[in-house]
Amino acid sequence: MNVVAFAEQREGKFKKVAFEVVQTSKKFADQLGASHVTVAIGDNLSSALALLAPYGASKVITAEDPRLQQYSTTAYAKVLAEIAKREKADIIFLPASQMGKDLAPRIGAKLEAGIAADCVALNLKGADIIATRPVYAGKALIDVVVKSAVKIFTLRPNVFTATPGSAGTIASEKATVELTDADFTSKVTHVSVNAGRPDVTEASIIVSGGRGLKGPEHFHLVESLADTLGAAVGASRAVVDAGWRPHDEQVGQTGKTVSPSLYIACGISGAVQHLAGMSSSKYIVAINKDKDAPIFQVADYGIAGDLFEVIPALNEELKKSLGK
Amino acid sequence: MKIIVCVNHVPDTETKVKVAPDNKSIDRAGVNFMLSPYDEFAVEAALKLKEQFGGETIAMSLGGDTHKETLRKALAMGIEKAVLLKDDAVRDSYSVARALADELKTMSPDCVLFGKQSIDYYDEQIPGLVAEFLGFPSVSVIVKLEAKDGHITCEREIEGGHETVETKFPVVLSAQKGLNEPRYPSLKGIMAAKTKPIEEKKPAAYSALVEVLDMKKPPPKAAGKIIGTDKTAVPELVRLLHEEAKVI
Ligand SMILES: Cc1cc2nc3c(=O)[nH]c(=O)nc-3n(C[C@H](O)[C@H](O)[C@H](O)COP(=O)(O)OP(=O)(O)OC[C@H]3O[C@@H](n4cnc5c(N)ncnc54)[C@H](O)[C@@H]3O)c2cc1C
Ligand SMILES: Nc1ncnc2c1ncn2[C@@H]1O[C@H](COP(=O)(O)O)[C@@H](O)[C@H]1O
Repeated sequence: MNVVAFAEQREGKFKKVAFEVVQTSKKFADQLGASHVTVAIGDNLSSALALLAPYGASKVITAEDPRLQQYSTTAYAKVLAEIAKREKADIIFLPASQMGKDLAPRIGAKLEAGIAADCVALNLKGADIIATRPVYAGKALIDVVVKSAVKIFTLRPNVFTATPGSAGTIASEKATVELTDADFTSKVTHVSVNAGRPDVTEASIIVSGGRGLKGPEHFHLVESLADTLGAAVGASRAVVDAGWRPHDEQVGQTGKTVSPSLYIACGISGAVQHLAGMSSSKYIVAINKDKDAPIFQVADYGIAGDLFEVIPALNEELKKSLGK
Repeated sequence: MKIIVCVNHVPDTETKVKVAPDNKSIDRAGVNFMLSPYDEFAVEAALKLKEQFGGETIAMSLGGDTHKETLRKALAMGIEKAVLLKDDAVRDSYSVARALADELKTMSPDCVLFGKQSIDYYDEQIPGLVAEFLGFPSVSVIVKLEAKDGHITCEREIEGGHETVETKFPVVLSAQKGLNEPRYPSLKGIMAAKTKPIEEKKPAAYSALVEVLDMKKPPPKAAGKIIGTDKTAVPELVRLLHEEAKVI
C-alpha cells in the first residue's frame, strides 16, 4: 500500500499545515505498513526539503518548474495526479487549506477517488481509515469511510498537531511531468499579502470583536491585544456587514471555521451562526457585559464586564507576564 | 453567453440539529430549508454577467421536489429558466457532481457558477469536481470577478491574503462572500418566478465513493466559569490561561 502526502508551500516555504499533513500521513502509513512519499510542487525547493524530515518525511518527490512557482489549479492538479499515479497511491493526504481544498476535487475526479473533506479526526478500523468531519457548521459530526480504490483525505489546519522529532535523512527525487500552455488555463498572476497579523484559519490565538465594540474606531483595543499575543483578529458578521472589518476576518457559519488553541471573544453575543465557526477552539474566553449572553455557554473562562475596561487591563497584564 | 448557476437547498442557519433515528442524517422535521447562502452570491454574479454580456441564465439543482423552492428564489432574483435534476436518493458529492456535469455537457455553457460550499455538508468539492469532468479551468472562493474580451480576472481568498487569477471562458467559478451584494427579489420578480419554467429531468445514478457510517452531536462543552464582572478578574484570567489552559 502507498501513501502520498502533499506538502503545501508558498514562496518556497512549507506551510505549518504541510508538517501536519506529513506527520499525520506518516503515522497512518506506518500503522498500515504502507510506503510513504511526500510530494512538493513549486520551484527551487531543494533547500527547504530538509525541514520536512523532523516530521517523518524520508522520501520526497518534487516537481520544480519556474511556471509552478505560483499556484495554478490546472497545472498543480495535473502534476499531483500524475505523480500519485506513478507512485500507485492508495491514499492521498492534503491540507484542507485554500490550496488543498481547490486541488482535492480536481485530483478526485482525475483518479476517481472519494474525498473525506476537512477531517478533524482519523481512526484506523481494520484496514479502513474512519474520518470524522463536522457538518452543519459543527452542529453535528459524521464518521465517513471512503470506498473507492484511491482515497483522499483533507485535514483541517491546526487540528492535527505537528511535533518535530529526530530528523532522518531525506531521499529526494525530481519528477518530470510535461506541461504545456494548455495546462495553465488558470494561473495566479499576483499574490497580495495582508500585512502584519496571521490569518484566522492559521493562527493559534484569535482575538475577535463584535458589535459590543460600538464602532470601528474602537477596534484598536482588539488589535493591540492581538498584537501582544501574536494573534489574528477575528470579527462577528454584524461588524463585517456594518463595514467595520474586512470579510476575511469573519468567523462563523458564513465566514471562517477556526480551531485555535485560544479564542478571545470581545463584545460578541454568541449567536448560533458565530458559535458554529469557533466552538471547536481548544479554549474560549468571553468578555461581554451581559452575563446571560450565549457566548458564556461555550466559554471556558468569562468576564461578565465592560470590555472598554477589561480589554486594556488584560492587555497590560499580559504584557507584564509575557515580558513585553 | 450561456450562464448556468448550480444551487443547493439546505437547512437554514438557525436550525437546531437533531440526529435522525438512522444515526446517519438529520431529523428534517420542522427544519426550514433555503437557498445556500454562498449560492446567492453565485446567482448575483450570473445576473451581472448577463447584464454585461447578454445571453441567458439558467439555475440548476439536483434533489427532490423541495429544491423547487430554491430554484424559485433564483428565478425571483432574475434567473430566466430552471432545471431540476429530480432525485430523492441520498448522494455523495461525487455522484452529484457527475450528474450535474452530464447535464452541463449537453448545455454547452460559457460560465458555470457555484457557491464556494453548501452549508449542510461543507464539502467544498462539487465546483472542482464538475470543472474537471467538463475539462474547464476553475477558480474557487472568488471575491472579485472582471471579464473583458474573453479574459477573466478573479481574486480568490487565500490564508492571509488574496491571489489574482487569470483565466478564460468557458470556466467554472465558485463564489465567496464579498464577491457582490445579492439583490433582494422584487415583488414583480417573485410574481414572475411563479410562471417561469422549471424543467424536470432524471439524472443518472452513480455509486457513492464516500459513505456516512454515523452522525452524532459533538460532545457538549462543560459549562465554563465566569470569573468576575470587572477588571479585577483580569489577573486570575491570566493565571488560568498560563497555568490551567497553558495556552499562553
Ligand atoms: C444566514 C446567516 C448567516 C450568518 N453567519 C454568521 C457568521 O458567519 N458569523 C457571525 O458572527 N454571525 C453570523 N450571522 C449573524 C448572527 O446571527 C448574529 O447576528 C451576529 O453574530 C451578531 O454579532 P455580534 O455578536 O457582534 O452582535 P450582537 O449580537 O449585537 O452582540 C453584541 C454583544 O456585545 C455585548 N456588549 C455590548 N456592549 C458591551 C461592552 N461595553 N462590553 C462588553 N460587552 C458588550 C452585548 O452584551 C452583546 O452580547 C449569520 C446570520 C444569518 C441569518
Ligand atoms: N444538489 C445540488 N444541486 C446543484 N448544485 C449543488 C448541489 N449541491 C451543491 N451544489 C453546488 O455546489 C456548491 C458547493 O457545494 P459542496 O461541494 O456540496 O460544498 C454549492 O454552493 C452549490 O453551488
